[in-house]
Amino acid sequence: MDDKKTKNLIMRLFNVRKRYGGILALNDITLDIEQGEFILISGPSGAGKSTLLKILGLAEKASEGQILIDGMNLARISSSRLPFLRRRFGMVFQDFKLIPNRTVYENVALVLEAAGENRSYIRKKVMQVLRTTGMEKKQKALPPTLSGGEQQRVAVARAVVGNPSVILADEPTGSLDATSAQAILDFLMDYHKKGATVLIASHNLHLLETHVRGRNVEICDGTIKRTATML
Amino acid sequence: MNHFLKKALADICSNRVLNLITIITISLSILVVSVFLLFFENASRVIESWNQGGRAMIYFKKEFHPEMLPELKTKINALGGIDRITYISKTQALEDLKKKLSTGTAFLKTLKENPLPDALEIRMTSYHNFEDVKGLAQAIQAIDIVEAVEYGQGWLEQFLKIFNLFKMAGYSLCSLFFLIALFITANTVRMAFYSRKLEVEIMRLVGATETFIKAPFYLEGLVQGFLGGILGLTALSISYLTFSSGMTQHLAADVFVDIRFLSVKIIVLIVFGSTFLGWFGCYLSLKQILK
Repeated sequence: MDDKKTKNLIMRLFNVRKRYGGILALNDITLDIEQGEFILISGPSGAGKSTLLKILGLAEKASEGQILIDGMNLARISSSRLPFLRRRFGMVFQDFKLIPNRTVYENVALVLEAAGENRSYIRKKVMQVLRTTGMEKKQKALPPTLSGGEQQRVAVARAVVGNPSVILADEPTGSLDATSAQAILDFLMDYHKKGATVLIASHNLHLLETHVRGRNVEICDGTIKRTATML
Repeated sequence: MNHFLKKALADICSNRVLNLITIITISLSILVVSVFLLFFENASRVIESWNQGGRAMIYFKKEFHPEMLPELKTKINALGGIDRITYISKTQALEDLKKKLSTGTAFLKTLKENPLPDALEIRMTSYHNFEDVKGLAQAIQAIDIVEAVEYGQGWLEQFLKIFNLFKMAGYSLCSLFFLIALFITANTVRMAFYSRKLEVEIMRLVGATETFIKAPFYLEGLVQGFLGGILGLTALSISYLTFSSGMTQHLAADVFVDIRFLSVKIIVLIVFGSTFLGWFGCYLSLKQILK
């Protein structure tokens, strides 16, 4: 039983700490993530949710502790292999992180260009994702000309275009109206149903609890306060 | 590659002023270097022409006999740096003198005996370093039968001193301009990098490799260097063409040599050097930023 469970684990965190100068943002985080899970990382602002997502997405390094990805110790993986590992994760940022002087199409295509895909595949795949997220007609628009909801859709499109096995979304509905937030959540849920692992960091429990079936990891002051199954 | 080149060109266009300043700085540096190279190339040809390609004359004492020639040739060749040795007998020397004078040779008939000495004309393989030439001449002079060695010691020494002074000044100025161009290029890349910091950060997060991130910057540096080189050489060729019609013809008449533009080999080297300069500036900048 234990063996079976171990086989499904895609990430394991052991006593992970993250310091920013003298401030301890994460303290003693131990967490197992199974393939295909839907995890809500909740907690108040400044609790360490975003930091945890950044560490999970290999956007930042942990100050202490160990991280295993598919059984491989991250500390023993060379920096030249990190970009290839990062392609397994699709990240949606709280502030969208879209390149302002690149069109919607170019922003989404960047993921596939970085992966070295050919032009025709990129065109086909990007258009497909933009259609799914409802941004097809805005493909030539620049991000600053879009509304918050539209920018978040582009950010989600960029996160999923490379077919990552894990989606990490930081406050994906934070600054959106109810309709836009609903559309984003539905999209992430659909992606999860296709077999992807989805981790969402949000303080908006009310909105998420109505949709999510999975695990809620509650963080407070940089430590995991509670882990509960959401039905 | 096409993607990176398009990206680099787009970045150059989006930061037109900054890139234009860099290209102009590189072109000015290249212009200074090219001017010196043009001078050195032509000065070398002038020296060669005046010195008839490293020619020296060895005059023998009266005791000289043609039978001594093979041994003497072996001795001189053993000193090294000798390209060719030609024997000019005193009879041949007199004949040559008559031919050169063409008129007014009547007095030569009044001579009871040929006053000219037997001689060897030698061609040196290297003759741009005066100390080498002087050393070789002194070694030849030390041979018993040798009366004198003539290699233009008076004017050649003075000319080479001035030439070497120019060379030193040229090297210093070229180095200075190279450093200035390098500094400006590195700074432009640094500014371009900081203006695209968000883009670079996003690229990293979506799994771009360091090569994918750096390639457009390197290409930008290469394009800047290449364009700077072409612009510098264009400025030099326009200046050359403007002056060559008048001044160089007078100069040519004075120094008995025609002034020529840089050889294709040197032009290719300059363009390659300026392109390298652009790349190197980028390399230094990225190494510092991304360490």
